[in-house]
Amino acid sequence: MFFYVLRRLLYAIPIALGVTLISFLLVYLAPGDPLNAIAPSDAPAETIAALKVAYGLDKPLPMQYGLWLLRAVQGDLGVSIASGRPVAAEVLTAVRNTLVLAGIAGAIGIFFGCLLGALAGYWHGSWIDRIATFLSVIGVSVPHYWLGMVLTIIFSTWLAWFPAMGAGPGGSAEWLWDYAHMRHLVLPAITLCVIPLGIITRTVRALVADMLDQEFVIALRARGLSNATIFKHVAKNTAPTVLAVSGLQLGYLMGGSILVETVFAWPGTGFLLNTAIFQRDIPVLQGTILILCMFFVALNLIVDIIQPLIDPRMARA
Amino acid sequence: MSSRARISGRSYWFVVFHQLKHEPVALFSALLLLLIFLAAIFAPWLAPSDPYATSMIHRLQPIGSPDHLLGTDELGRDMLSRLMFGGRLSLLMGVAPVFMAFVIGSSIGLFAGYVGGKINMIIMRMLDVFYAFPSVLLAVAISGALGPGMMNSLFALTLVFIPQLVRVAESVTTQVRKLDYIEAARMSGARSFSIIRVHVLGNVLGPVFVYATGLLSVSMILGSGLSFLGLGVKPPEPEWGLMLNTLRSAIFKEPLIAALPGAMIFVTSIAFNLLADGVRSAMDIKR
Repeated sequence: MFFYVLRRLLYAIPIALGVTLISFLLVYLAPGDPLNAIAPSDAPAETIAALKVAYGLDKPLPMQYGLWLLRAVQGDLGVSIASGRPVAAEVLTAVRNTLVLAGIAGAIGIFFGCLLGALAGYWHGSWIDRIATFLSVIGVSVPHYWLGMVLTIIFSTWLAWFPAMGAGPGGSAEWLWDYAHMRHLVLPAITLCVIPLGIITRTVRALVADMLDQEFVIALRARGLSNATIFKHVAKNTAPTVLAVSGLQLGYLMGGSILVETVFAWPGTGFLLNTAIFQRDIPVLQGTILILCMFFVALNLIVDIIQPLIDPRMARA
Repeated sequence: MSSRARISGRSYWFVVFHQLKHEPVALFSALLLLLIFLAAIFAPWLAPSDPYATSMIHRLQPIGSPDHLLGTDELGRDMLSRLMFGGRLSLLMGVAPVFMAFVIGSSIGLFAGYVGGKINMIIMRMLDVFYAFPSVLLAVAISGALGPGMMNSLFALTLVFIPQLVRVAESVTTQVRKLDYIEAARMSGARSFSIIRVHVLGNVLGPVFVYATGLLSVSMILGSGLSFLGLGVKPPEPEWGLMLNTLRSAIFKEPLIAALPGAMIFVTSIAFNLLADGVRSAMDIKR
């Protein structure tokens, strides 16, 4: 187990480095001089020259990457062009709001996905199965930004049950776990949970249906074990795969929330990215992408480490 | 040798097509898609009015108005015409990136899988890095850095799908390469290129094709999503995602019209997914 964790950690390091490299290169993907991403276009020539030295842009590319990485590791992601504030501070506030939204949406999606998938898999071919399959096709096909609009129309415009915009009363960006803030969370979370719901329902249904046909389940049943005990065996065997899929989905939610956040004006990373893109604020774009992807890498690592705790055979592979 | 391979290849796809005919859901989806594609392709001849003609006095006419069957948008443009024209770019966003990624991804995957060894490992480990990016985030990052524009979003989407298709093509190629008949072909003096073309390609294209059809709806939702964010198609060009965005101001006055472009994306993407499911099961039965 120790060596397994070590191997996973060692494997994650080059991936994390690759992510930093791609985030770094995003600046060079942007049209024009990378300095445009740092200095306003009407800056005087001596300022630009000074900035060039200050940011190390006069050095060769690999060295620039090294310097940038060194600063990034220390938590310095540069300064936002638009607001002049440190990127790291701006991104962290936004990441917190995104994590609240993605976390709640993920929890709802994973819980109901497992429930629906297990029921559909158990009563394979029944009406529950048909409903679950239908829902999962809808879940993976619906453009969630549109679903958000439709929910807003129904529950904010027509029924006036939930607020349509923002994360709290008076457009506050600070998240609190109270009633006023929770009301703002309902619609975006329901919108976002549809994505993992569809895929997890589909996965669990296939797994459970497959598992119930296995010989060990038939043997357990032949020995007269109750449904509850059989459920325990099936759950333990499906858990690693469900966990892996759930982890991936949770990560996708952090990225996928960009569109939903735009619909609901949720003050998270999506909102930050969107403003950054249209103000050509490349340091903020770069910092947000980097931090979100690091979360994703860490999440995958955690899933990899938890999996053999459920099924020890995985550590031996 | 090669002509025989071609005949057997044709019969395989014929069997798949034959299987597909017995799946009513897939068949219905294919018909629906055909209808949507035809409406988009022949929009210039079919559309009742000019999709760019604005009219300040006819803004946000409700659905079922005498002159405008599906009403008008926030600038008084005919919705039915705009939806038909809008399908052109939205469907292009669904099909083009997947097609390009299919060609590039399966080439890289075939190469990596066939060569094997260290080169394969290096290519696959490099692609693993792209897996560390959630796909929406990668698409937004690339097209955000490149700046708004349809070509940029097409490029970004293609780049998002390539690693996934490489992985599928590589894993199948690696499995096939170890089979005895490949060894036999090599012993009979066949060159690598002809082994890949005649003996490997046919086995690999099927699974990659199935995977790619599953990506069509993802690509369209993502592509329209980029336009929805303002990163893709620019106004006044009609495109479903962009129309959805500009109509957001109308959700209080004419909610049904505001929801229409999204409903088109939804219906098309369901049809893509159901067809992909049908193709998948049709090809599985053969194997």
